[in-house]
Amino acid sequence: MADGKLSIALKQQRPIPLDIAFECRVGEVLALVGPSGSGKTTILRAIAGLCRPERGSVSINGQVWFDSARNIHLPPHRRRVGLVFQNYALFPHMTALQNIVAALGHRAQAERIERARQLLALVNLDGLDGRKPSELSGGQQQRVAVARALAREPEVLLLDEPFAAVDKKTRRILYAELSELRRSLGMPVIFVTHDFDEAARLADTMCLIHHGKLLQIGAPREVLARPASALAARVIDSRNLFKGKVIRHEGDRTWLDWNGRPVEAMRQDSFPPGAAVSWVIPATQVIISRTDGYAPRITSNLFAATIRDLAHLSESVAVTVVVDGSDAPRLSMTLPAHYARRKGLQPGTDITVALVPDGVHLMPPE
Amino acid sequence: MDWQAFQLSIRLGVLTVLVLLPIGVIAGRWLAYGSFRGKGFIEAVLALPLVLPPTVAGYYLLMGFGATSSLGEAYQTVFGKSLVFSFEGLLLASVIVNLPFAIQPMQRAFEAIPPEVREAAAVSGLTPWQVLLRIDLPLAWPGIVTGLALSFAHTLGEFGVVLMVGGSIPGETKTIAIAIYDRVQAFDNQAAGIMSLTLLITSFAALGLTYMLSSRVGRRRG
Repeated sequence: MADGKLSIALKQQRPIPLDIAFECRVGEVLALVGPSGSGKTTILRAIAGLCRPERGSVSINGQVWFDSARNIHLPPHRRRVGLVFQNYALFPHMTALQNIVAALGHRAQAERIERARQLLALVNLDGLDGRKPSELSGGQQQRVAVARALAREPEVLLLDEPFAAVDKKTRRILYAELSELRRSLGMPVIFVTHDFDEAARLADTMCLIHHGKLLQIGAPREVLARPASALAARVIDSRNLFKGKVIRHEGDRTWLDWNGRPVEAMRQDSFPPGAAVSWVIPATQVIISRTDGYAPRITSNLFAATIRDLAHLSESVAVTVVVDGSDAPRLSMTLPAHYARRKGLQPGTDITVALVPDGVHLMPPE
Repeated sequence: MDWQAFQLSIRLGVLTVLVLLPIGVIAGRWLAYGSFRGKGFIEAVLALPLVLPPTVAGYYLLMGFGATSSLGEAYQTVFGKSLVFSFEGLLLASVIVNLPFAIQPMQRAFEAIPPEVREAAAVSGLTPWQVLLRIDLPLAWPGIVTGLALSFAHTLGEFGVVLMVGGSIPGETKTIAIAIYDRVQAFDNQAAGIMSLTLLITSFAALGLTYMLSSRVGRRRG
């Protein structure tokens, strides 16, 4: 029975603990995101059949590739899976074309070369058939690896940190190519990354993984803006993570007490008045307000603060401010570079920051 | 120049290498990719002939092949002749003492193949046999040729083991290394010199060939 999806449930203690289950539909791009050693690559390897977890199952379109209960474990060459390795793992003694032909064993001999050329063209590498991997740039090697993975006519495409080994400019080009390519692929695509921006840019769904466990699954923007727990917030590196207490719900707002400061958030009924909570706000939802007495009436979440640190990035400035008060909490915010320059912001400048209520997200307390 | 001894040595060398090729590939691959208890012990046993005095190795082989040993007895029953002091016995001894010369370079060559390249082959649909033929052997062949050339050259020069297991029977077990010793004992320095030079050139050519081949592969892969 073809159900058009990949279903995975994996459990093991060793060598890397895993306890995870999720699904990926045909046409969906799913990102496995988490810190190094969280088990992301092991999940890909288990899908490909390169390792055998202690318990669990992997099935796609109704075919069972792995089921510990029924003692089914197909070897990799019997699973139709395309895997792009982190360092591409091209066959060093074969040309680009031969690398792809090697993965076309299921096709008739006469068709293989022609099909391999089509795949090279698909990844914009026509004309480089005769090059050995050592004669290709990192980006070109990545494209050969993608073409080789697709040559197998896989039922699922897996990519292990596919953009980690190329420079930033090449990465941008490859992002665009992958986005283009995924439209024509009728299969689930799963890729591993530790870069949240990359996940947000390319994936429909993001699985946040920590110590082999699924912390959260959802649309990347949703996961990044609304982490399910304080731990998830830490894993996605939310720097603005604080403790507070719910005061009351009123209209479409929920009011919090932040060490004596009132904070307004969009209404989140799941926490009753008096409940202790953790809360986060993304750096992009902390904005700067002028100190000349004019405060835009978008929110009453206005706090006097002093700039502690500015880090100039290529197109933006990451600013850390210390909010006035005995607890002196630190807030991180991201501003456009031109804005910071025009305002003459520098360490020590007194400013007023505003927390956009829409960005204030409540979670169970730690 | 004892051409008969020279021919015997070449025949012994070629047959040793032919027997060691599959053994070396299988054992080298097994040791390179397998991880199991006692691997270090097996590697140590296989390396023993490298450090053991040839007379010691020869002594144990002589005892192991002798008519009183179970192997010698079985051989005698099946083939109706003795395993010691025969060409076949010499070949078997030669294979055994050359195990480390053949296996070690092959093992190192298989170990040098990145595991993910072999995994990529499996994921690309290649069966384990196809991985051997299309990935392992093409990538490891310089190590395989090196192992075979070392075994060949070492067989030509082996003296102690040959003397212990084979004796010095012309046309059966008298190799060129033994013939050289015989000539020197007989104060026939000229014949000993010619044969020594022949052995030197043959060994040098065998080793030179391997180094040439492996450096060519190195350049090709860049």
